[in-house]
Amino acid sequence: MSLKGDIHHIRKEIETWARGYGLDFFETIFELVDDHELNEIAAYGGFPTRYPHWRFGMEYDHLCKGYEYGLQKIYEMVINNDPCYAYLMRSNSLVDQKIVIAHVYAHSDFFKNNRFFKDTNRKMMDRMANHAVSIRSFGEQFGYDTVESFIDECLSLENLIDVYHPYEFLHEKKRKEKKNQRALKEKDILGFLVEHAPLEEWQKEILLMLREEAYYFIPQAQTKIMNEGWASFWHSKILTEKILKDSEIIDFADHHAGTLASQPGQINPYKLGIEIFRDIEERWNKGKFGEEYEACDDSEFKKNWDKKCGEGFKKVFEVRKLYNDVTFVDEFLTPDLCERLKLFVYAYNKRNGTYEIMDRDTQKVKEKLLFSLSNFGQPFIYAADENYEGKGNLLLQHDHQGVDLKLTDTKETLERLQKLWKKNVCLETVINGEKRILTFDGKDHHERTL
Amino acid sequence: MIPKIKRDLNRFKDIIKGRIKQNLKKYITKGELLGAQGKNLISIPLPQIDIPRFRYGQEQMGGVGQGEGKVGTVIGKGAQEGEAQASQAGNLPGEHILEVEVSLEELAQMMAEELNLPRIQPRGRGVVTNFTNKYSSIRPTGSESLRHFKRTYKEALKRQIAFGEYNEKDPIIVPIKRDKRYRFWKPTPRPEYNAAIIYIMDVSGSMGDEQKEIVRIESFWIDTWLRSQYDNIVCRYIIHDAQAKEVDQNTFYHTRESGGTLISSSYKMTKALIDSQYPMEDWNIYIFHFSDGDNWSGEDTKLCIDLLKFHLIPKVNLFCYGQVESRYGSGQFIKDLREVFSQEEKLVTSKIDDKDAIYRSIKDFLGKGK
Repeated sequence: MSLKGDIHHIRKEIETWARGYGLDFFETIFELVDDHELNEIAAYGGFPTRYPHWRFGMEYDHLCKGYEYGLQKIYEMVINNDPCYAYLMRSNSLVDQKIVIAHVYAHSDFFKNNRFFKDTNRKMMDRMANHAVSIRSFGEQFGYDTVESFIDECLSLENLIDVYHPYEFLHEKKRKEKKNQRALKEKDILGFLVEHAPLEEWQKEILLMLREEAYYFIPQAQTKIMNEGWASFWHSKILTEKILKDSEIIDFADHHAGTLASQPGQINPYKLGIEIFRDIEERWNKGKFGEEYEACDDSEFKKNWDKKCGEGFKKVFEVRKLYNDVTFVDEFLTPDLCERLKLFVYAYNKRNGTYEIMDRDTQKVKEKLLFSLSNFGQPFIYAADENYEGKGNLLLQHDHQGVDLKLTDTKETLERLQKLWKKNVCLETVINGEKRILTFDGKDHHERTL
Repeated sequence: MIPKIKRDLNRFKDIIKGRIKQNLKKYITKGELLGAQGKNLISIPLPQIDIPRFRYGQEQMGGVGQGEGKVGTVIGKGAQEGEAQASQAGNLPGEHILEVEVSLEELAQMMAEELNLPRIQPRGRGVVTNFTNKYSSIRPTGSESLRHFKRTYKEALKRQIAFGEYNEKDPIIVPIKRDKRYRFWKPTPRPEYNAAIIYIMDVSGSMGDEQKEIVRIESFWIDTWLRSQYDNIVCRYIIHDAQAKEVDQNTFYHTRESGGTLISSSYKMTKALIDSQYPMEDWNIYIFHFSDGDNWSGEDTKLCIDLLKFHLIPKVNLFCYGQVESRYGSGQFIKDLREVFSQEEKLVTSKIDDKDAIYRSIKDFLGKGK
């Protein structure tokens, strides 16, 4: 159901103000849905038209229970598509709806303008629906169970794609060029499997579809902090400056605080994002950047630094266009901000079996944060040899960067990979400081030191 | 839009049921479910199903957090060693426990499937008490939602052929009002069977807490299974040491007694109970007797055997004797029974050494479908 009555007018008003501030978004279509519908849409990752799979059911079950027990509530869902689709929870209070509508417009602006979204398919809604049709017809032809278990196997490998060269596979030409001079390391393992694994035609098609969907979602994983920060920055600005009536301020503050609340041991991307954006706005308004500012060592003087540059707005728009989470945090998380946000590094203490605060040093915090953001938090794994030991075995290499893989999951993943590859699959990794090769031959796991 | 997620949800639930089945033995041999009732939902914690991926191990990973605290302040607990091994799930951030709700009946059904328990063939007269409505007939009027498409089509076809309106080259069938046929229900009698289950437990001093626990768990599951097989079920509980007495369910599951053992006392009581209240023509009767087999004297055992042979076994569907291994070693009673009744199909004996044996023992008792 599209918006009618009061809420329709509110939407128009917010849209006008958002444009007034310079936000530039796709046409955005709002729909009011009830909790079950919203949970369903969220379970499908925002696409009500997706292919059938049990994990969507699991997600749905989880969301519904969380909602019923009052543990969590989704206020909105917004889809990177042109037109942009946004789903609002019908039961939201009017103040909630105002926040959420402003929030959605900022997301829509981010999708449209951030350069990491540049190559995403803006007709993904249709694309996903087509995938669903194909997968269903494969199910009819080859049996639902067969197709489902193949999808399960592929999903285990879903994170083995090349974040930094997302859309190459759509341009076959580029791909071939690259192939000729292919280095030994192939990061797009899903693509590699399509070319080299002994798969049926329908299996290749499914693998390509799931790969395309995985690539589609990458920019969102790459810009979580920025995207949510950006949307919160704007809903807060638009509402407090233009929209809210006096009587609504308390409710707004309550909701806003809830969104930005953080738990120990976890970073709330909304909070971190909005704080960095606000800091950027202030610094560029006051001219707190550049050599002169850095060189100044009078902290009192620095604190009151104000050159009346007024470039804050210009800068935040530039940042939302050119950065992703890694570069955003790297460049704009300053020691001052780090201290103000009370960020810390925590680690596992084996002796006590607890997680403890380790350090509050900006450099350490940044290193840790950047590590967890790079490659969207996934280990770096490459296909290194499709004819390992001359026996047609597959060799993967894990580029170890200080953290071991979770062994149980790794073994199960190898088992699933082996089902696609048919011959032995091997993974070179480091376990407790020792270089090891894990092999699965279809029956047993083997492990040896390199 | 709605049915779509329901299908994925159902598929997910099937997968979960598969998981429960895999670990069924574990749930069944745990005493925690005792006291749960038929259709009530019970909640079973399962580790969340996760799609395995190459991912970082949590322990070395650590991370960045936000908030107050000095260096060394504890912000969360890691997985306990033992826990992690048992279920492979800790309470690390991001790992969830799935609370699955199943009814006891479903669980018993799963147990039956796993144990290959046959459906029980009721004996005796079915007492007709109930009619159910089945949509098994057809009539020419009714609500459109109940329209029988095939029959309507047939009628229309018949009519058109009879009137010569049917054209083979352009076979269009247009049903008119009087062609329409609708599904209609017919009350169908459904026989219901009665069953009486008599549980007898030896609560003498030689039965330790662990033995009693085994008996309780086993009788609980037998109870649950039989309840799902009969419409009308009556349970009676008898405990005995040197004397027998009838108790209610709660007492049966929770009592502590001690004293000597005269098994015959309970058999006498059972006989009286059956004779006075459960005539064999109308009732399917089951007796489950659990003891450590340490009867007071050979004479009493003889008395027991006579009671069984002439009074109990002829009247029951099944007499089950489960002997629990006690810390004083196991008694003689099971051997005596096996000697005398080796040819008797209605008498089943089973030795239950420990909790793990409960599963097999249930199969011993109920595997015959009597």
